[in-house]
Amino acid sequence: MNDADDIVKEFLVESYENLDRLDRDLVMLEKSPNDREILASVFRTIHTIKGTSGFLAFNKLGAVAHVGESLLGRLRDGQLALDGEITTALLTMVDAVRQMLTSIETSGLEGERDDSALISELTRLQRAEAPDKGRAQESGKSKVAAAAAGPGALSTDASVKVASSGLSSKHGNIEAVTVAAEAGKAAAAGTMMEEDATGALEDAKKDARKVEQPPPRPAEANEGQPAQQGARAQSAGDSTIRLDVSLLDHLMNLVGELVLARNQILQCANSTEESTLLAASQRLNLITTELQGGVMKTRMQPIGNIWSKLPRTVRDLALDCGKQVRVEMEGKETELDKTLIEAIKDPLTHLVRNSVDHGIERPEVRQAAGKNPEGLLSLRAFHEGGQVNIEITDDGAGLDQERIRNKALEKGLVTADQAGRMTEREIVNLILLPGFSTAEKLTKVSGRGVGMDVVKTHIERIGGTIDVQSKTGKGVMVRMKIPLTLAIIPALIVTSAGERYAIPQVSLLELVGLDGDQSTKGIETIHGAPVYRLRGRLLPLVHLKTALHLEDATKEVGSSAARDAALKNSITTASGSKRINIVVLEADGRQFGLVVDEINDTEEIVVKPLSKHLKDISVYAGATIMGDGKVALIMDVLGLAQSSSILSEGREHGLTQEAAAQETAESGKQKLVLFTGLAGARMAVPLNLLARLENVPGTQVERSGNRWVTQYRGQILPLIRVSHALEERRRVPPPKDVVSLPTTDMLQVLVLENEQQSFGLVVNQILDIVESTLEPQSPSTRAGVLHCCVISDRVTELLDVPAVLLGGEAFEPPEIPAGVELN
Amino acid sequence: MTELVTQAMTEKMTEKTTEKLTEKMSSARQFCTFYLNHLLFGVESQKIQEVVTYRELRPVPLAPPVVTGLMNLRGQVVVALELRRRLELPDRPPDMTPVCLVVRTAGGTVCLLADEVGNVVEVEEQTFEPSPETLSPRLRSVILGVHKLEHQLMHVLDTDQACEVQSVAKGKGQSGG
Repeated sequence: MNDADDIVKEFLVESYENLDRLDRDLVMLEKSPNDREILASVFRTIHTIKGTSGFLAFNKLGAVAHVGESLLGRLRDGQLALDGEITTALLTMVDAVRQMLTSIETSGLEGERDDSALISELTRLQRAEAPDKGRAQESGKSKVAAAAAGPGALSTDASVKVASSGLSSKHGNIEAVTVAAEAGKAAAAGTMMEEDATGALEDAKKDARKVEQPPPRPAEANEGQPAQQGARAQSAGDSTIRLDVSLLDHLMNLVGELVLARNQILQCANSTEESTLLAASQRLNLITTELQGGVMKTRMQPIGNIWSKLPRTVRDLALDCGKQVRVEMEGKETELDKTLIEAIKDPLTHLVRNSVDHGIERPEVRQAAGKNPEGLLSLRAFHEGGQVNIEITDDGAGLDQERIRNKALEKGLVTADQAGRMTEREIVNLILLPGFSTAEKLTKVSGRGVGMDVVKTHIERIGGTIDVQSKTGKGVMVRMKIPLTLAIIPALIVTSAGERYAIPQVSLLELVGLDGDQSTKGIETIHGAPVYRLRGRLLPLVHLKTALHLEDATKEVGSSAARDAALKNSITTASGSKRINIVVLEADGRQFGLVVDEINDTEEIVVKPLSKHLKDISVYAGATIMGDGKVALIMDVLGLAQSSSILSEGREHGLTQEAAAQETAESGKQKLVLFTGLAGARMAVPLNLLARLENVPGTQVERSGNRWVTQYRGQILPLIRVSHALEERRRVPPPKDVVSLPTTDMLQVLVLENEQQSFGLVVNQILDIVESTLEPQSPSTRAGVLHCCVISDRVTELLDVPAVLLGGEAFEPPEIPAGVELN
Repeated sequence: MTELVTQAMTEKMTEKTTEKLTEKMSSARQFCTFYLNHLLFGVESQKIQEVVTYRELRPVPLAPPVVTGLMNLRGQVVVALELRRRLELPDRPPDMTPVCLVVRTAGGTVCLLADEVGNVVEVEEQTFEPSPETLSPRLRSVILGVHKLEHQLMHVLDTDQACEVQSVAKGKGQSGG
């Protein structure tokens, strides 16, 4: 690559940056047309581009920049007032410049374009009469005139303007000085376009340094300030170098390796007595940590870098939609890893577009609602708990929950029942599901229904979370939580089934250890789903072994209840009186406890990607190499929570029974088995009491003592006929039913577990498994029935299982005298 | 970083694969041979990065059965695939220690577990015959064909296909996992 190429490249990079700033500045300028600070900055940018393009012989670019500069010059001199038309023209110019730059970048040429329309438009605007003051005589060759006016005249002029416009005088002055310096340069350099391009480039670069020694007159009062400001503004160019990102990536990888090696050496060193090695390893430790921090910092970029493009986006979009939107930003300087910045760019733009397109109402609507016709879109970024929070808030109409609910129902994303029980927040977050869009008409901007879920996937891919909050009539807030970096993270190392797993510390809330008595009593179950009372709140528990199917492989898992039982056992009995370790984690705003065998240590780990063979397993975020050189898996807490149904995805159809059972336990709903009992009456039992549904051939029913039994999995399963059991209570004795049990037909049997004992409940017909609440709607009409409720629009009796079982037990022996032949 | 690493790797990979493609055209080719259940297999030698002795693997719960585990290959985490399972052969007897063939594929470095390494053979194009129709379609994509060597048939393994686990995961039932 020769020197000229280098210069062009540098010019391009610099100009792109400048243009991005220009977009933002122009939009800001439109809001406050009197802001000289901004105006000067815009002028400078265009001026630099013009100068450099002349130097590099990009004539078209130069021509466009020239008219733009002229127009800006008039604006700056107050001969013109900035209005929407001029802003649009200037923005069009920025676009044209950008296109040419792109073309230069790709082909080295400006491209075959005709900018005469743009140029004439800009010239026309320039010629327009100045709105006030008698400065019209200068129209026409304004630029030259302005330049010719000389530094002294102009700077005085500018500072007077500042004073009269009542802006913050400090900044105003500094900028006025800059403007003055600039104008002076312009004057000195004569007509830029012609031959003095080199000088212009040089001049532009030196601008700030000149400002450091400002013409004493206007800025004297605060001379320390401008010197500093000027120094910062431009000497940044001297003290920074541009680096290829791949080099940084490489460095980052090397540091990752170094961290691993450090971990290994520390482990070795700690087991030796040799003091020199110990000391050296301590130093290595410190240096590595510092180096890691340093390299990490090189990759950090302020989020403002991507935000700067947004005001322009918003402006264009708002114009398109006929809306007025103001953008506010807070925390621009919040830093994030470059890869993450790149990763959130598109989601962020999408969200902002969404807010303008769907969120903020048209001015007349807003006025009618008593709001400021100008909508407010605010972006906020801040660090919190090792993560970066980014909030995008609009003060629009908010999300229409009713419509979301209906849409979700219509699309089959949730069931009516679920929708009915969802909290406001859950409903609002439905919009993050794939295939969800409530936009009635598609706009070019958004509304194709691929948006929000893509945003969500993008954010989750980089380990972030997204949450939507909406207040009807007040607006919507979308909050993204993004990790600072992906490469090296602090993690908690735990052991389960003899293998180590790393849990990213970001998701970690606390550790709970249950000893002795507590380990057996501390964990309770809600319908088989284990929970722990953590300071009075129930914390759902997930056993890591179960989540990874490390125990189930050996056990036969028949039904959801059996699995739940297995889960319960593994927690309460299998671990026996041993210490139970609960890692309290948070995923997506919800807490759960992960039960692990052992909690080892916290360590800085280097995240290694998993190969594509394992990418689909959502519970892993990656792998890492531990101090001893062994590989450990990094858990993806969000994935873990989802796979264990701590977080419902809202799409219940695909959920396994086990998952559903846990889920319902969480939400207070219950899964019920519906069946017909006596005389076709609909009855229900909670699914969690159920171990299995079985069809037992009548021929396999045997008589044992005074009970009907069948052989079931090597055990003797007592059978109770539901109609019989209920009937018994009413009129005793019921010998006929007992006698009538054996038939050659298949019997439908619900195998129930109660107090560690299994019973078979013979029912007429199993109808369905439904999810419902058990709100008693009327008291029971007979014994053996807890209460009646309406399930699936039919009155259903909820069977009181323990009572039925006890009833059967207690009743039979005395009523049927021994020795009486029953069959 | 995750993406960066992969990206860097794939970049490297594509460089190498293009090299290989051009070499593929020449008639005499070098193959690294190895045994699986007494069958002789061969992989183009350029695809093999190295052969390392078996080391402890980190099992991955929930992974497809072909995935034996993860290996630390000089600081790089490499997934190890059991070729016997991939090729639907009976599992290796527990007393036999496998060897690890580290191969470069489009999807990154992968370690393939085999019974025993043979040597490097040079074969001519003429001795090659494609897989017969009777071979199960699932395997025909993996076993490109055989080279008729003097004493034995050498199965030519397509490493890229062999490392495709998705197709295997679907055929989990058959692969006996």
